[in-house]
Amino acid sequence: MNPLANAQNLASLAYFGPETVLTVGVLSLFVLDLVWKRHPKRVVPLTAAMAVVLLASAVALAISPLQPVALFNRMIVSDGLGTFFKWIFLATAAYTAGIVAHSDEIPSERLGEFYALLLAILLGMDLMAVSSDLLMVYLSLELVSMVSYALAGFRKHDSRSTEAALKYVIYGGVASGIMLFGISYLYGLFGTTDLMLLAPKVRAFSGGLFLQTTLGQSPAAQLAMVVAVVFVLAGVGFKMAVAPWHMWCPDVYEGAPTPFTAFLSVGPKAAGFAVAVRFFGVAFTELRGDAFVNTTTVPWPAILGILAAVTMTLGNLTALGQTNLKRLLAYSSIAHAGYLLMGLAAASVLGFQAVLAYLAIYLFMNLGAFLVVTAIAQRTGGETIAEYRGLIKRAPFTAIAFTIFLFSLTGLPPLAGFTGKYLLFAALLERGGGWYVALAVVGAINSAISLYYYARVVKAMVLDKPVTEAKVAMPGTYGFLMLGSVAALFLFGLYWTPLYTVTQAATRSMLRQ
Amino acid sequence: MDAIQTHLLSYMIFSPLAGATGILLVLALRRLIGFPQEQVDRAARMLALVFSAIPLALGLWLWARFDGGAIGPQFVEHAVWIRSFGIEYFIGADGLSVAMIILSSLISFIATIASMPWFIHDDEHGHGPVHFSKRMVPGYLSLLLLLEAAMVGVFASLDFFLFYVFWELMLLPMYFLIGIWGGPRKEYAAIKFFLYTLAGSVLMLLALIGLYYASTPMPNVPLRLVDGTPLQHTFNMLSLAQLGAHHLWEHQAPLLGLSFARVVWIGLFIGFAIKIPMFPFHTWLPDAHVEAPTPISVILAGVLLKMGGYGILRVNFGILPEATRYFADALAIFGTINIVYGAFVCLAQKDLKKLIAYSSVSHMGFVLLGMAALTPQALSGAMLQMWTHGIVSAMLFLIVGVIYDRAHHREIEGFGGLAARLPEYTALMGLAFFASMGLPGLCGFISEFMVFQGAFPVYRTLTIVSATSVILTASYYLWTIQRMFLGKLNEKYKELPDVNWRERLTLYPLGALAIFFGFYPQAILGTFNRALEAMSHTLMGRF
Repeated sequence: MNPLANAQNLASLAYFGPETVLTVGVLSLFVLDLVWKRHPKRVVPLTAAMAVVLLASAVALAISPLQPVALFNRMIVSDGLGTFFKWIFLATAAYTAGIVAHSDEIPSERLGEFYALLLAILLGMDLMAVSSDLLMVYLSLELVSMVSYALAGFRKHDSRSTEAALKYVIYGGVASGIMLFGISYLYGLFGTTDLMLLAPKVRAFSGGLFLQTTLGQSPAAQLAMVVAVVFVLAGVGFKMAVAPWHMWCPDVYEGAPTPFTAFLSVGPKAAGFAVAVRFFGVAFTELRGDAFVNTTTVPWPAILGILAAVTMTLGNLTALGQTNLKRLLAYSSIAHAGYLLMGLAAASVLGFQAVLAYLAIYLFMNLGAFLVVTAIAQRTGGETIAEYRGLIKRAPFTAIAFTIFLFSLTGLPPLAGFTGKYLLFAALLERGGGWYVALAVVGAINSAISLYYYARVVKAMVLDKPVTEAKVAMPGTYGFLMLGSVAALFLFGLYWTPLYTVTQAATRSMLRQ
Repeated sequence: MDAIQTHLLSYMIFSPLAGATGILLVLALRRLIGFPQEQVDRAARMLALVFSAIPLALGLWLWARFDGGAIGPQFVEHAVWIRSFGIEYFIGADGLSVAMIILSSLISFIATIASMPWFIHDDEHGHGPVHFSKRMVPGYLSLLLLLEAAMVGVFASLDFFLFYVFWELMLLPMYFLIGIWGGPRKEYAAIKFFLYTLAGSVLMLLALIGLYYASTPMPNVPLRLVDGTPLQHTFNMLSLAQLGAHHLWEHQAPLLGLSFARVVWIGLFIGFAIKIPMFPFHTWLPDAHVEAPTPISVILAGVLLKMGGYGILRVNFGILPEATRYFADALAIFGTINIVYGAFVCLAQKDLKKLIAYSSVSHMGFVLLGMAALTPQALSGAMLQMWTHGIVSAMLFLIVGVIYDRAHHREIEGFGGLAARLPEYTALMGLAFFASMGLPGLCGFISEFMVFQGAFPVYRTLTIVSATSVILTASYYLWTIQRMFLGKLNEKYKELPDVNWRERLTLYPLGALAIFFGFYPQAILGTFNRALEAMSHTLMGRF
């Protein structure tokens, strides 16, 4: 089928399986929550229902047609890139559900509500990954944001949680407002919000034809274009937690229920990158060989490169002084957003591919780390590094798993974090040239800096003496999740050809016109 | 036999890993069945001894079968690992690496023996901290074995990516071995070591990716995977060396105002220089050495420092000959600073272990000076210096360990007249000191002499300046002997026992090797002379 021959609404539904399943799932979980409201053992059936929905969504995703096609009058597309991100979101949601089921931060009478809202965010993120119209991007981003505000403030009687939600709302509201303003500029300049239709117009604009005929005064139009891009980036950057839109991140991470923090640090961040990859990859570039060549006069690779350098340096330097583990991981996740931006800045197939692969790896190491934080906070009641002293004596397996997650976040081989860093650096150096090399050097120095704070946690766990000798018991699910994550990190660290192939196919399958 | 021959290096790398896995299995079994802790410790020790003896046996086999006259790697194993980047599992031993492979298996085995508990420690009388050889034994030994696997892997790798993976793999066990089983300031020393090395190696990562993308097939250097697939770029170090010899890097666009090869050379060099350690990157070494338990110091001095020298030879010299010529003078100057500065700092040391640590800085300076001269003789001297320093410094650290285990301190001034009480120990220490200061008839003499002789025609002044260190070295060693062993016996130590059998097992073989190579260095020179001669020709631009 010719992708430009748009699938009409009914025909589109064939490609809309996972989203349909999730929509039904959100509604049915709300109903089931009401049905089992008074049931003393409601945790089990609710979790089972959640598992069924996720499984159904996975099946729908697995059987959804592969060829790229635009759906619903070009509002969204169905392509390999979107599918890849949907798998990442699904895995993140499933992992989070696994953490929540045994967490006492979410009281069991509100578990159904939590699950339903989680599915709603998942739906929003899925839509973000496939939106090919800026309005659709905005709507799905707002869906994710709105539900996130509710979940960040989920513990109503905890003032930190409420504060987190309020900060999140204010920052989020401003960021998405700015984004909408940027979108209006783009619409004003080009008369469309469709990314794929935008592409030829943007190219013509930069070619100068458009300028002479319509706008006349080129400098003002150029400026409007830069402003539009930066403003759109504000909304997306807020989701990615990239400087200078990262301020909400540590407070929200600290205040939100830990399982949701875990989700927040991976899911919406990945969704932000999904939007960014599509936004820049479709509307602003031309794919020539292996490079996404910038077709505009807006130096967006340079803008992203500078943001990357600032973000990772800021994240890493601030993380050095943190003693609360949730805040430490918040700053670390800011730093990782900076690393990921390097891949976007490379503006090449390998660069975008590195972003995808890094996110897939980041999912396991960061969720694994937050899983440990959740479990330890639950058993010992604290989130500071001091709680982790001598953990190797009290919970040897957990301590070793956490060590592996942290060293993977540092990027040490043979763990998967190294694979991700390697691909990002390779993308930059493949482009070559002084600027890209300088950015890579900044990234490399940053990963050496990050070792210091990750190793501080490891030092507390392994080298320090425990405060008490009492063993820390772990639920079986947590043990299973940890083991699975550790196995994934070793697998992707030692043999990542499949990851490379899949991400390459996903990047190249991006529907561009 | 053939199976062993063809996979010899893989067995050397993976048998310590098998041992480590075995120890972890024993630990798991303990959980299930409930063995008593002592039995688990004993089983772990047996496993560690066996699985570090296997690489040594294989290493000796390698030595016996290695053909020093042949050019190119032997005992090669070659398989595709990650196709999309042309990364291969490519290992082999050539003239540059064979000596280092043998050395790592030897030193690892000695270190494993030195990790066994031996006589009644103070902790068994109920005071003093528990001796490192009795704390968390299975963890310690499995990390030690992992370290050995990584070390052999670094020296055996001929694929740059694989090399890097092994290089980094070595960091984690080292961090924990110093950090958990070390002395009072162990955490500080461990993280300092870790940060220094990682800072160097991330730059190396960038440089190696840069080299990868700069490499391209040339008419006379086709790039292929082992299965014949043609490649655009390569991590194969032998191919990269060929490309370098054919002046490929000269055609690269300059980076940051410097020529491509020079930028890459510096990026690689910093990582290796930190490992050597070269002044001014040496400050992690005294801390790491002083805090590390004896066997870890032995490995650190005996093998880890050699990785820096080996890396420079294999990568900087092998792949970037033109940049090497450009930087040779700087290398020689830094080498001289290392030699003289290290020796002067030694004179000021009060702690015996710190003294030995700084003497390593000084002696590794000879490696730098010898390499900088680029002549065949100086290169061979540098390589031989790495070999002899590996043997002698291991012995020196073991000797420090002997006295520390007995007296629980290392203050040189705190002893006196020990010769009367510990004759055997005194004799061994004398042997090690004389071997280290380069007394003729012992191995240190040959290597230093070769470095001086090879470097003198090229760097006259620097060689003369470096040669003064011979006097300094003699004075700090003799002064130490005088303060510790001669004079009046300190009354506190009149009951000190002499070396025991476990210590004899580690010290006598090393002492014998120190004498053996003093008379017959050809036994090891023969393995690398030819390769270094060829390298020297490439470096000096004579084909």
